[in-house]
Amino acid sequence: MTDISLETEGLGRHFGALTAVNGVDFKLAAGARHALIGPNGAGKTTFVNLLTGVLTPTRGRVLLAGRDITARAQAERVKLGIARTFQINRLFRGLSVLENVCISVAERVGAATSMFYPAGRRVDVIDESMDLLDTLKLGDAARHCVSELPYGRQRLVELAIAIGLRPRVLLLDEPAAGVPSAETHIILDAIERLPEQIAVLIIEHDMDVVFRFAKRVTVMVGGAVFAEGTPREIEANPHVREVYLGQAALSAAHG
Amino acid sequence: MFATHSPFAVGWGAGSLVIENIDFAGILLGGLSAGTVLFIVSVGLSITMGLMGFVNLAHGAFAMFGGYVIVLAMNRAHVGFAAALALGFLAAAALGAVLERLLYRRLYRAGELDQVLFTIGLIFIFIAATVIVVGPESQLLTLPQSLRGQLDLGFTHYRTYSVFLIVVGFLIVAGIWLAIERTRIGAQIRATVDNRRMAESLGINVDRLFTITFAFGSGMAAIGGGLGAEFLGLDPQYALKYLVYFLIVVSVGGLGSVVGVYCAALLLGVLDFVLKLYVPKGGTMFIYVLTILLLLWRPQGLFGRKET
Amino acid sequence: MSVALAPAGAAAAAARLAHPAARTLIRRHHLRWWEALPWAAAIGFYFAFPAYLAFGTELLITVLFALSLDLALGYAGIITLGHAAFFGAGAYAVGLLAFHGIWTEPITSLALAALVAAAIGFASGLVLLRTRGLTLLMLTICTMALLQEAANMAHDYTGGFDGLPNLPIAPVFGVFAFNPLYDNTQYLYALAVLLVSFLFVRTLVYSPFGQSLTGIRENLLRMHAVGAPVRWRLTVCYTISAALAGVAGGLWAQTNAYVNLSALDLDRAATVLIILILGGYGRLYGAFVGAVVYLALEHFLARVYPTAWQLGLGLLLVLIALFAHNGILGIGAMLWRRYGRGRAEA
Repeated sequence: MTDISLETEGLGRHFGALTAVNGVDFKLAAGARHALIGPNGAGKTTFVNLLTGVLTPTRGRVLLAGRDITARAQAERVKLGIARTFQINRLFRGLSVLENVCISVAERVGAATSMFYPAGRRVDVIDESMDLLDTLKLGDAARHCVSELPYGRQRLVELAIAIGLRPRVLLLDEPAAGVPSAETHIILDAIERLPEQIAVLIIEHDMDVVFRFAKRVTVMVGGAVFAEGTPREIEANPHVREVYLGQAALSAAHG
Repeated sequence: MFATHSPFAVGWGAGSLVIENIDFAGILLGGLSAGTVLFIVSVGLSITMGLMGFVNLAHGAFAMFGGYVIVLAMNRAHVGFAAALALGFLAAAALGAVLERLLYRRLYRAGELDQVLFTIGLIFIFIAATVIVVGPESQLLTLPQSLRGQLDLGFTHYRTYSVFLIVVGFLIVAGIWLAIERTRIGAQIRATVDNRRMAESLGINVDRLFTITFAFGSGMAAIGGGLGAEFLGLDPQYALKYLVYFLIVVSVGGLGSVVGVYCAALLLGVLDFVLKLYVPKGGTMFIYVLTILLLLWRPQGLFGRKET
Repeated sequence: MSVALAPAGAAAAAARLAHPAARTLIRRHHLRWWEALPWAAAIGFYFAFPAYLAFGTELLITVLFALSLDLALGYAGIITLGHAAFFGAGAYAVGLLAFHGIWTEPITSLALAALVAAAIGFASGLVLLRTRGLTLLMLTICTMALLQEAANMAHDYTGGFDGLPNLPIAPVFGVFAFNPLYDNTQYLYALAVLLVSFLFVRTLVYSPFGQSLTGIRENLLRMHAVGAPVRWRLTVCYTISAALAGVAGGLWAQTNAYVNLSALDLDRAATVLIILILGGYGRLYGAFVGAVVYLALEHFLARVYPTAWQLGLGLLLVLIALFAHNGILGIGAMLWRRYGRGRAEA
C-alpha cells in the first residue's frame, strides 16, 4: 500500500485562453496536515474543484490511494472518500442543525434512496449525527434552525457535514473565512481535533492558522506549485516572502 | 381568471393582415414587422432580467398599460400618434419606477417562486383594473394617414406601417446598443450585469440603476404595446395572452443581451409568419420544439453568457 | 481523540436519542390527531351537501393535483409552470382508451394514466432537470404547450379543440356506476383515490428519500458535495409527481366523462401553482387548504363578480409573495410559534 492518499500528476485546467491550473504535481500524504497557500487568483479554488470533480481537468490525472479517479464524477469521489467544505457556507438553511448532519450521514450509509419507511426509524443515522454534533460542541444547538446560529458556529456545521461523510481526504476551503476573530478559535480547535487518519488539505490566507495547523505547506502562484516544504522552510524562503508576503503587504497598504 | 383561450391557441393575428401577394419578400417583411413588435415589447424584460435576475412575468402588463394610454389618448383625446407614443412611454415608465421602488425591490433577493407568484398577481390586478376602468372590449389603434396604405419598395409593394415598424425597430436596437456600449450609464449596466458586488464596490449606485432601467424597460414595453396594437390587438387579457411569446424571445435571445433579443424576436416573427401560412395546423408545435432544443443545447440562450 | 468514529455506549446513545432535536426527527412521521380532520370533513361533506357533490369531486381532484405538484415543487424545489402536461397526459390516456372502446375499467385505467404520465415525466425530466431557474420554467411551459398542440393536431383521435365527450366509463368494481346526475359514486371514488395517493405521498415525504429531496431544495451544490446523485433523484421525484398528476387527470376525465384541451392549459398549470402556494408548499396539507379556499372563493365569487375575484386574487398573491412566504399554513405555523409556543411541545 501507498502512504500517499491523494496525488495529482501534471494536473491542468484552462478556461479559454486563461490557464487557471498549470501542470500541478502534488502529493497529499495519508494523515497529512497540509496547507495550500498563494495569492488571490493563484488557482487554489480551481485546484480544489479539480480534486473534487466539480471541474474536469484539461490535462493530467488525479489519483486517490494510487487509483486513477480523473474520470469519476463528484458523487463517486465522495463515496471513495473525498469530502470538502466551501469557502462560503453551503448549508441546508431551512433545516435544523441535526437535520443538516443527518442528510450527510444518511447519504454515506446509503439510506437516502429508501422511499418506504420513515427517516425517523433510522435511529443509527440520528444517533451518529448527534454524536458528531456533541464532539464538535454543537449538541446544544442541534434543534435550532441552522440559519439562526452565529456565523462561527455555522462554519462548524459546514465542517460537521463534511466529517459526517467519514472521508479519507478532507479539503477545507478557507474554513475560518468570514468568521469574526473572536470566534475563530472554535473552528481551529475543531480542526485540530480531527481524527488523525484523515488527510487534511487546508486552503487558507491567514498565516497564523497555517503555521499553527500545518506540518507541510505548498505555495501556489499563477496556477503552478511555486514552493513546498515545512512551515519553517516556507517562512524562510525569500522568494515566497517576495511573492506572497509582499503581496499581502501590498494589499494591507491599500487596505 | 386567465384568458378564456390560452396564449397558444391565439396566433399572431397574422390572419388579420391583408396579404395581397404572398411572395418571399412579403413573408419576410410581414414576419420582420411582427418580430419587431415582439422585440420592442420584450427588450426591457431582457435587460431587467439580465440585470436584476428577476423573473418578471408581469412585463406584458406594462406593455398593455402603455398601449392603452397610447390608444386612448389618440382615440378619445385626439392626441397625435408621436405625442401619444411619448405619453405612453412616460406613463409606463413612471408606473414602472413607482412599482419598482415600492414592490419589486423587496423581492430581488427572494426565490423565483415568490417572484413568479408576485408578478402573476400583478398581472391579475392589471387585468381587473383595466376591465374596471376602461372595459372588457378590445381597443383599436387608428393609424395616422401617413402610415396607411402601401409603400413602393422597388422590388415589392408592402404596407407602409409594416415597413415603418421594421425601420423603427432597427433604430431602437441600434440606439439601445449604442447607449449600452457608449454611455456612462450603459457602462454601469454592463458592469452590474457582470458582477453586482464589484459594481457596488466601484461606487455605482445600483439601486438607482435598477429603477432607471426598469422604468426604461417598462416605457419601451409601452411603445411596443402601442405600435403592436394593430398586430396583437389590445384587450385586458393582453398581458397573459402573449406572455409565453415574450418569455420565449427573452430566454432564446439570452438574458441581458439586446442584440440577442432582437435576433430571437425577428426569428420568431418570421418563423411564425411562415408557419401560419404554410402549416396552419401544428406550426406552433415546431416553434416549441425548436425552443426546447435550443434551450437544452444552450440554456443561457443564443447570445447569453454562460453562468459561472 | 476521534471525532466521528467514537464507539458509543448504549447509555450514551440513549441519552443522545433523548435529545429534543433527535426526538423531533424520530417522531416526525407519527400521525397527529388533527390529520384525521380533512377526511372527517370530506365524509361530513358527503352527507351534509348532497347537492354539491360535483363541486366536491372537483375539489378532491384539485387537492390530488396540487399534492402531486407539492412533491416536485414543495419538497424537491423543482419550479415548474407546466405541471398540467401530466394532468393532461393522464386525462387523455383515460379518455382515448374509453372513447375508442379499448378499455373502460376505471381503476386499471387510472393505473395506465399514471404510467403514461410517468413515462412523459421521466423522459422530459431526464433532459429538463439539468437546467434551473428561468430556463427550466420555460422548458416546462414549452413541453406542456407541445403536448397541447399535439393533442390539438391529432384531431382524428383526440377530437381536437372540441375534445372527447360522453366517455363511457365502466362501473367501479363492476357495481358502482358513474351517474352524471348524481355524483355520489364519483365523489367517494375520488375520495378513495385521494386517500391512497395521500398515504403514498406522506410515506415518501417522511422517508430518507424525501429528506434527501428536501436537501436538494435547500442546497443543490451541497447535495452534490455529500455525494448524492442529484439529477437522478430529481428525475425520480419528477416522475412520481407526474404519475400522481396523471392520476388526477385520469380522475378528472372519468368523473366528468369528457376530456378537452383545457386539461393541458397554462391556465390549469398556473392555477394549481397558485393553489399550492396559497395553501403553503412543502407541508402536505397546503394542497388541501389551498384547494378548499381557492375553489370555494372561485365557486361563490367568480361567477357573480369575476372582475372583483380577479382583482382580489391578484392582491392576495402579491401580499403572499411579499409578506407570507408560505401561504395560509405558513401564516398559521408562524402564529403558532409566536403565540402557542410551549404548548406545541406537549
